[in-house]
Amino acid sequence: MQPCYLGIDVGSVSTNVVVITAAGEVLSSLYIRTHGQPIQAVKEGLSRVKATLPEDVIIAGAGTTGSGRYLAGAIIGADIVKNEITAHAVAARLEVPEVQTILEIGGQDSKIIILRQGVVIDFAMNTVCAAGTGSFLDQQAARLGVPIENFGELALKARHPVRIAGRCTVFAESDMIHKQQMGHNIEDIIGGLCEALVRNYLNNVAKGKEILTPIVFQGGVAANAGIRAAFSKALQQEIIVPRHFAVMGALGAALLARDYVNNNRETKFKGFEVAEEEFRAHSFTCQGCSNLCEIVNIEEEGRIIARWGSRCGKWDTLGE
Amino acid sequence: MKKVSFAHMGYSYLGFKQLVEDMGFEAVVPASPSPATLDRGVTYAPEYACIPFKMVLGTYLEVLERGAEMIITSGGVGPCRAGLYGMMHERILRNLGFNLEIFIFDPPLTGLWPFFIKLRRVLKAAGLSWLAFVDVVRRAWAKLKLLDELEQLATSIRPYELKRGETTRTFRSCLKIIDQARSQKEIAAAREECRQLLQNIPRDAGRRPLKVGIVGEIYVLLEPFMNLEIEKTLGEMGVVTHRSIYLTQYTATDVLAHGAQDVRQLAHPYLNQFVGGHGQNSVGETILYARNGFDGVIQLAPFTCIPEIVAKSILPRVSRDLGIPILSLTIDEQTGRAGVETRLEAFVDLLRQRREQMEARSNAALLPGY
Repeated sequence: MQPCYLGIDVGSVSTNVVVITAAGEVLSSLYIRTHGQPIQAVKEGLSRVKATLPEDVIIAGAGTTGSGRYLAGAIIGADIVKNEITAHAVAARLEVPEVQTILEIGGQDSKIIILRQGVVIDFAMNTVCAAGTGSFLDQQAARLGVPIENFGELALKARHPVRIAGRCTVFAESDMIHKQQMGHNIEDIIGGLCEALVRNYLNNVAKGKEILTPIVFQGGVAANAGIRAAFSKALQQEIIVPRHFAVMGALGAALLARDYVNNNRETKFKGFEVAEEEFRAHSFTCQGCSNLCEIVNIEEEGRIIARWGSRCGKWDTLGE
Repeated sequence: MKKVSFAHMGYSYLGFKQLVEDMGFEAVVPASPSPATLDRGVTYAPEYACIPFKMVLGTYLEVLERGAEMIITSGGVGPCRAGLYGMMHERILRNLGFNLEIFIFDPPLTGLWPFFIKLRRVLKAAGLSWLAFVDVVRRAWAKLKLLDELEQLATSIRPYELKRGETTRTFRSCLKIIDQARSQKEIAAAREECRQLLQNIPRDAGRRPLKVGIVGEIYVLLEPFMNLEIEKTLGEMGVVTHRSIYLTQYTATDVLAHGAQDVRQLAHPYLNQFVGGHGQNSVGETILYARNGFDGVIQLAPFTCIPEIVAKSILPRVSRDLGIPILSLTIDEQTGRAGVETRLEAFVDLLRQRREQMEARSNAALLPGY
């Protein structure tokens, strides 16, 4: 019997599941699309991960993170529910212990995390723009008819990257189209786009932050060689992409769960069987006052297991 | 009886309701802003106006539809656009076909005479003598003071509560008690009762909450709907918050006097001129919080608010110089809380780790040889 720890990161674009051993080794990891259906994605992720695990594995602790962390936590019975900034920092520290700067770009969010002596001392997330970098790259690849896997390689072939407006994706897209119409070749446009996104990230998300080495780059976008190259060019530094760069949030959640239950706590994890169960989310508008809060109920086999959304606390009493 | 209304800002509506009623008008009390209010405001406001403008416009539309005939509001001075908002609101509302009277009171010190003339017109409409008015204002002021006091008390109790949400529920019942109290005597009695209620909330005194100061633009600071209830959220995460602006204190220092000069003086090494709104204050107050041993500061800024943008670009330097973590949040139309909650949670994690690290260090210094 081998005690292992489960971490799930439910993001807007992807849902990642990781199982680690007590020593922190990744036994299994999975990256699937959320497709706007987090409940479905969590269930699918669980059953697919279960299939890859050795027989003797038992889950001794589970953690969730990402924007759907509370939902996922309620569904699987997580021991710990943590924000993705902390989870990402924990995972990066495991792979690169001296890390001082983490660049993280996912489907929707871009963040920068600054650590000194292993402790997070500052962070920033995109506020009004520089959002959706991963999704935007996906979209542009589709528009140009280039498989996303080849996007980065093409960018590296650019000889004279075209200057593309970085401000936000609406401007970037229309600027790209204008440059295409001027006859620039596709490599130079893609190369220019990578540079524009990096410039925008550094000017908006990372503005005012002291970027010191080692610099770790993670999140789904770290797979893109063009963006990686643009970062090392702009920062004049080596960029480290960790082994599990695409699932660092889930890895962090698993590590946090391990440390949390380590004090001999019993796990609340409901088991992989939850993948077979029926979950429903339904919402209603509370008419109790002028706030008109949108209350969401999460039902497991007809029984309400979680509820959130009220501002006054009227509906918060569940489970107390 | 003339139906009079005003903008909704936090819990101050209880004080303004009494003020308007005691003057002899019928008060159309604006409901707490809701997503519907926001939708209305956004529909009729210019796109790049800041969120306070849009929300207040939405509120006016709601009260006008409920029959309000007169709106009393405050103006402003300086580079911040808020000084022009009253006039903009009036034009938009008139274009929409509403026939309303709107009284925009600029701070009296910017023009004593216009202030006096306007006030005389309002009093005439109310049929109230100056002497009677002084008494009315005193009572409303006492109520506003009490609201501010209890809000602060609730904020300081919340991180210790044993049952999550109880402080918020108790505070809401306090609001009802305060609403009933009208005379100075009744307000004093309500004060005792509410203080008792809040003090009686079962607490775990052993907790050691973090202390976070909140700076930024007045409307998003005061209106919980707008800031996605940042103080309640942080309180329930175990953080004592202190807001840099409470209405009565702000009125005393900035409306009736020449601004919180000491705070602005503090900001001087970083920002030596008035940039409108609360920009300079945000910098000065952050320095003050750092000096007073707060663990962190959160800045709330409406999207496109120039004074706060100026402050935001200066705050990273203040943070580095004084060693205090600062989180800036931009507030716009979003009603989804997930993004704000993630940032707050991560910020609180950061502050906790930082405190543990600092304590570990000071312990090491205290116990040489161990």
